[in-house]
Amino acid sequence: MNFGGLDLNTVWFVLVGVLFTGYVILDGFDLGVGVLHLFVARRDEERRVFLNAIGPVWDGNEVWLVTGGGALFAAFPAVYATVFSGFYLAFMLLLCALIFRAVAIEFRSKHPAQQWRCFWDRSFALGSFTSTLLIGVAMGNIAWGVPIDARGEFAGTFLGLLHPYALLMGVTTVTLFAMHGAIYLALKTEGELQARVRERINPLIIAFILSYVLLTLATLLYVPHVTEAFRREPWFFTLVVPVVLAIANIPREVNRGREFYAFLSSCAAMAGLMAIFGVGNYPYLVYSQPFPEHSLTAFNAASSPKTLGIMLTIALIGLPVVLAYSISIYWIFRGKVRIDKMSY
Amino acid sequence: MTTELLARLQFALTITFHYLYPPLSIGLGVLLVAIEAAWLKTKNPLFHQMARFWTKVFALTFAIGVATGIVMEFEFGTNWATYSRYVGDVFGSALAAEGIFAFFLESGFLAVLLFGWDKVGPKLHFFATCMVALGAHFSAIWIVVANSWMQTPAGFHIVGDGLHARAEVTDFWAMVFNPSSMDRLTHTVVGAWQAGAWLMVSIGAWYLLKQKHREFACLSVKLGLTLSLIASVLTLATGDRSASGVARNQPAKFAALEGHWQTGPQAPLHVVGWVDAQTETTRGLALPGMLSWLAYGSAAHPVTGLRDIPRDERPPVNFTFQLFHLMVGIGFAMIGLALWASWALWRKTLENSRTLLWLLVISVLGPQIANQAGWWVAEVGRQPWIVYKLLRTSQGLSAVVQANQIVASMIMFTGVYLLLFAAFVFLLNEKIKHGPDETDLQPTGKLALGFKGGAA
Ligand code: HDD
Ligand code: HEM
Ligand code: HEM
Repeated sequence: MNFGGLDLNTVWFVLVGVLFTGYVILDGFDLGVGVLHLFVARRDEERRVFLNAIGPVWDGNEVWLVTGGGALFAAFPAVYATVFSGFYLAFMLLLCALIFRAVAIEFRSKHPAQQWRCFWDRSFALGSFTSTLLIGVAMGNIAWGVPIDARGEFAGTFLGLLHPYALLMGVTTVTLFAMHGAIYLALKTEGELQARVRERINPLIIAFILSYVLLTLATLLYVPHVTEAFRREPWFFTLVVPVVLAIANIPREVNRGREFYAFLSSCAAMAGLMAIFGVGNYPYLVYSQPFPEHSLTAFNAASSPKTLGIMLTIALIGLPVVLAYSISIYWIFRGKVRIDKMSY
Repeated sequence: MTTELLARLQFALTITFHYLYPPLSIGLGVLLVAIEAAWLKTKNPLFHQMARFWTKVFALTFAIGVATGIVMEFEFGTNWATYSRYVGDVFGSALAAEGIFAFFLESGFLAVLLFGWDKVGPKLHFFATCMVALGAHFSAIWIVVANSWMQTPAGFHIVGDGLHARAEVTDFWAMVFNPSSMDRLTHTVVGAWQAGAWLMVSIGAWYLLKQKHREFACLSVKLGLTLSLIASVLTLATGDRSASGVARNQPAKFAALEGHWQTGPQAPLHVVGWVDAQTETTRGLALPGMLSWLAYGSAAHPVTGLRDIPRDERPPVNFTFQLFHLMVGIGFAMIGLALWASWALWRKTLENSRTLLWLLVISVLGPQIANQAGWWVAEVGRQPWIVYKLLRTSQGLSAVVQANQIVASMIMFTGVYLLLFAAFVFLLNEKIKHGPDETDLQPTGKLALGFKGGAA
């Protein structure tokens, strides 16, 4: 298949980015609900409302991660191999957290005993928190750069992945998802519970902004290859403007009681953040530090043009269909949560 | 233990656990479609009650299937990094296609299936159920295609050499329709149907034994048994095709299946046996010439023996042999049981025969064991290759992962999976004790529209 003079490698860099952005925006809010689960919802009934707010959609959201992983495998096998084997223990922890969280949602309300529910509530919250943190830490490492040897293998250690910059990115991700989740909950709840959720939104926005500003400063000071990308193409900075506007718009919409627009703003902000992340790192997929010449890029880590072309066909057929029915399903489940007999 | 062995054990542990659940979802998916179709057509409220009950069981298996599936998606990269670099160009696209075509479909419409009862009309609900079942089958398609490519690679060429060698796609459709993919796909899918169908039969038979929910139970047994009968016969037919495919494409595996040492015509088929790899002999009860006849349609056709296969290209023979015979044994047992139970059902004596009912109750284990045994046969029989004749398992390992890391993660997974399994069994048991909901005989919400006697 020939897609004109298109640079397939860049197209796939963008597409993998789009899949992970979809993941961050969508699973972001249900992970965020998990982070808030123990703190904001106290009574059993309230916790059920939280779970049912994400009940119909969390699984579909997680598929963005699965598909992103598959696309990474197919388009950039060297990255898939190096990152997953290199971050071995971190990924095993992430998988463990994701498993607990998935089954906790499903199991929690299936049995009335107090300890049973308590155990799965904690699993859900801890699983969500840990996965969010680890996703952030992984992104932090990708931005910061990891040691890669001449064979293209990871040459660092597990503890080496937990440096301050990566941890800061982890914390930023937690605050971002929690904020996003709170806005989603405001959209899905009503009455006293909604009032309580709304109270949390502003502090979470502030926490996010603080950590993001810190992170940006750290990036400008310590991550030269990202800063350089922006210095080369200063117009990239214009990307920051819509993000700032979108975030500023959130409290405004919340105050007016237009949670849906607040949620859209939050989605837009996250898309913008991911775009900045992508643009800052392009063409690197995994930046190698201290040996930049061993970095994995959209060009040296990619599959053959033939495969990238086939995959593009698959994506062009598949993604529009997926988007169409995903939107329809979100539409079917619009509105406030009601507990009925099929609920969790 | 070597890192290689640990990595293989870990993979085997996680995929074996994953594969307890998808077959149930695939099989129950088909049955749910049948139940809802019957409900739409007959408007018999019993079908509505069945749909509700089996949907809940479906949700349970699905949840664990998803949770354990995510592990699999990443494990190629974590455990088999070198392999992933080698095959990514070919194998990755099947995995990505699975995400786009199968998992989105399944998980998206599952929401409507589970939570949509009161939100959508009966036709749309039926449509959602069909899409979930279709999605489950799509997942089987793509993953089995990917796996079959590892068994019988096609549609690719090798570029680069040494450390940089890798397979690149030359012909996508030849990759998809590689020599074994269709035989293995059909066999896997009907095996999965059996898993779901016998589960339904088993729970129905349990209620009949306990004399509870009689109408519900009879209908469940009837429906489950219909699919069991069809699927168990198809399993034999497709398994036979798989076997002759293996004979042509993977002679070493085929010889191991039957513990066949000496190349030649009139190759015997073992009913039971024991292989001694040291002395290169197989003892047991054998039917002369049958193996040649089954594989090639003629007893005079020679079958390659293991002595003609270099020692370092032979799979573990006895292990493969025993598991293969276990699977085939169960296969025939399931056909026998399905025939017997159908006969009893037809003669209306099923409810009086406690022996038969008890057999039906435990029947649920049959397809599960056979499915696992079959995969172990397929995967262990492929050894020492991870990609047949191209890449050895020992070469596919992640270079940077150490044995102690794998041990740590294996301990974690064992603990987590035991816990999940216990919770699954506990909840399934609760569901069964609770039984179908009497109130479900009255459809509610939008589904009730247009139904006589339905409360709006
Ligand atoms: C309900 C489950 C079940 C049952 C009763 C059977 N099988 Fe099976 N078999 C499977 C479930 C399965 C499977 C899990 O679906 C496998 C694993 C890999 C595959 O492609 O299908 C498999 C693999 C498999 C293979 C290896 C294919 C390969 O390596 O490419 C052969 C030769 C057979 N089967 C043959 C049979 C025969 C002759 C049976 C007699 C009735 C039989 N199976 C019963
Ligand atoms: C190593 C190979 C495998 C990988 C990488 C894999 C991957 C996955 C993933 C990521 C999921 C979760 C999808 C979601 O979030 O909705 C999943 C679920 C599922 N997988 Fe697997 N899988 C493997 C083996 C198999 C096999 C052999 C089959 C069937 C023949 C299968 C059938 C399914 C089905 C039907 C589901 C939906 C959940 C369920 O029904 O339990 N998978 N798998
Ligand atoms: C669900 C059914 C499956 C089961 C029970 C299963 C079982 C196993 C087992 C037991 C091994 C270890 C082999 C050995 O140590 O000799 C193994 C290895 C492996 N399997 Fe599977 N497998 C299944 C499906 C799949 C699928 C669908 C794929 C690919 C898409 C796959 C890919 C692999 C790989 C890459 C290895 C590692 C290399 C090896 O040891 O052969 N498996 N599997």
